[in-house]
Amino acid sequence: MNLYLPIAEISLNVFVLVGMGAAVGFISGLFGVGGGFLITPLLIFYNIPPAVAVATGANQVIAASFSGALAHYRRGTVDLRLGTVLLIGGLFGSLAGVLLFTMLRRLGQLDLVVSLLYVVFLGGIGGLMLVESVQSILRSRSQGTGEIRRPGQHSWVHGLPLKMRFHRSKLYVSIIPVLLLGFVIGLLAGIMGVGGGFIAVPAMIYLLRVPTSVVIGTSLFQIIFTAAATTILQAATNRTVDVVLAFLLMLGGVIGAQFGTQAGRRLRGDQLRALLAILVLAVGLRLGYELVVTPVERFTITLPTGEIG
Amino acid sequence: MVERQRRRSFTLKGLALAAGCLALTASTSFAQDGLETFEIGLSTDTISISSDFTGARLVVFGALDNADAKLLRQQRYDIVVVLVGPRSPAVVREKERTFGLWINRGSETFDAVPGSYALAATRPLADVARQELRQRLSLGIADLRLDGNAIAGAFGKPAPETPEEAMGQVNVSLAERRAKAAEDIGGKSAGRPAVTVDDYAEALKRIRQAKGLYNQSVGAVQFVSPTLFRADLHLPADLPTGTHMARAYLFRSGVFIRESSEPLYVRKSGFESYIDDMATRHGVLYGIAAVLLAIFTGWFGRLVFKRD
Repeated sequence: MNLYLPIAEISLNVFVLVGMGAAVGFISGLFGVGGGFLITPLLIFYNIPPAVAVATGANQVIAASFSGALAHYRRGTVDLRLGTVLLIGGLFGSLAGVLLFTMLRRLGQLDLVVSLLYVVFLGGIGGLMLVESVQSILRSRSQGTGEIRRPGQHSWVHGLPLKMRFHRSKLYVSIIPVLLLGFVIGLLAGIMGVGGGFIAVPAMIYLLRVPTSVVIGTSLFQIIFTAAATTILQAATNRTVDVVLAFLLMLGGVIGAQFGTQAGRRLRGDQLRALLAILVLAVGLRLGYELVVTPVERFTITLPTGEIG
Repeated sequence: MVERQRRRSFTLKGLALAAGCLALTASTSFAQDGLETFEIGLSTDTISISSDFTGARLVVFGALDNADAKLLRQQRYDIVVVLVGPRSPAVVREKERTFGLWINRGSETFDAVPGSYALAATRPLADVARQELRQRLSLGIADLRLDGNAIAGAFGKPAPETPEEAMGQVNVSLAERRAKAAEDIGGKSAGRPAVTVDDYAEALKRIRQAKGLYNQSVGAVQFVSPTLFRADLHLPADLPTGTHMARAYLFRSGVFIRESSEPLYVRKSGFESYIDDMATRHGVLYGIAAVLLAIFTGWFGRLVFKRD
């Protein structure tokens, strides 16, 4: 059954779109990532203009994140305080990111920068996580919870001033790295059109040493707001949010997210991290491959602003 | 249909041979008068794009009156019908391998690129008119003009195809345009290897043709009666919205005689147009509504699938 999407201006199959949303929603519920880094490339692959894919992806991410965050909130695994501090840094980052986005698009180099960022971040984070989680799985085969936190161990991050206590995360840490992390997440979210969960989750685990269970809920909480800001900004400036498309993706997304959250509860922290690492690495490799392989069509047509015309 | 067309052209050749020198002597007197009147009408003046739009066929009807009966029998009249979509600027970029990566390097901006282009002709364009004339009229995908040298301002203004302005362009040769384009390129990215503007223009036309946005078909203009003809134009599913211009050109023995045009409005209809309108006029409100819809969907999904 095909439906004409009013903003994307293309006629596409409804069931494929709902299915796409469900698959990404499952992953989103499982790992606590918004799924923006998956949905955007998927939509572009399905012939939707990249600008619409980025903005609509952000819109769909809100639904999945809200649904997931609600589940985590009920279970008490959301650190509202930590999430709010992250968010403050994130808002400034978003602003800078959207400015960079507009500039790069005009230069015609947005796709390249986005792809390189994806490759570097996804490859780096995915690789590190995979090594760490496999080691952890091997080490704690017989006993343990799969958490990386070891009492008494502190990194340079814990020596900074302006400390704040985060009860839920059982943390007493300076807000400087938290704000900075928020800023970086916002910046990347603005350029790449993603919620930033795939950066927030590993950064909170490895840099701030937040327990994995709290990380996912907190990350989802933070993503709701980042994605909401992106959606409104894109709707106001570029008119690239397709509500009909977003709604179809959401429908699938909320269903998938419920099952993802459930599945996540059955897995241990290190197993979850290993799976996320593999997924992140796969997306990174796929994008890297596209930069290197000889394209079928070397020419592209865009509007002067850089939008696909 | 193709079969029939071929047979026609055979009889044409036969007649032309038989007519021989008669036609030759006659042609001088015909060149001056040009009494033919030529009008077209569209099967519809508005195309509404609704949620189930998967492309359309536009039928253009036309009347050719006061035509020379003998020439008409000999099929010396040729008709080309085009539908040109709204023009807008476009940038074409070319990727090159740099340090192992494919990166956008060269680019060329075209001022006024038609969003879509559909053409129907009685015979192959090469047989209808010489290339010089086709270039002057911006006729056919290969000779379609993408820059707005002759276009004065207004959005959707179909200026470059009008004969008067085309006449004004007679002296601008292809060689001159190429030289000018090469200068432009040189100014933009000095010292780059010889990529002429035509590579970019050809790439643009190739991509749009592959998408079905640009198409042309020979034989899609047919005479229903000696004075009445119809043309079938194929419109793709992602037809751009805006004011399109249907335009018919009349040729007599390879000489351009007259043209006639009618506008065609393409717009979104129903729910789609409402959403598009909201997104255009009240961007912020639309964004907030989209966010609220997402939050509601997430909450509702949680309610329905409560599994803890």
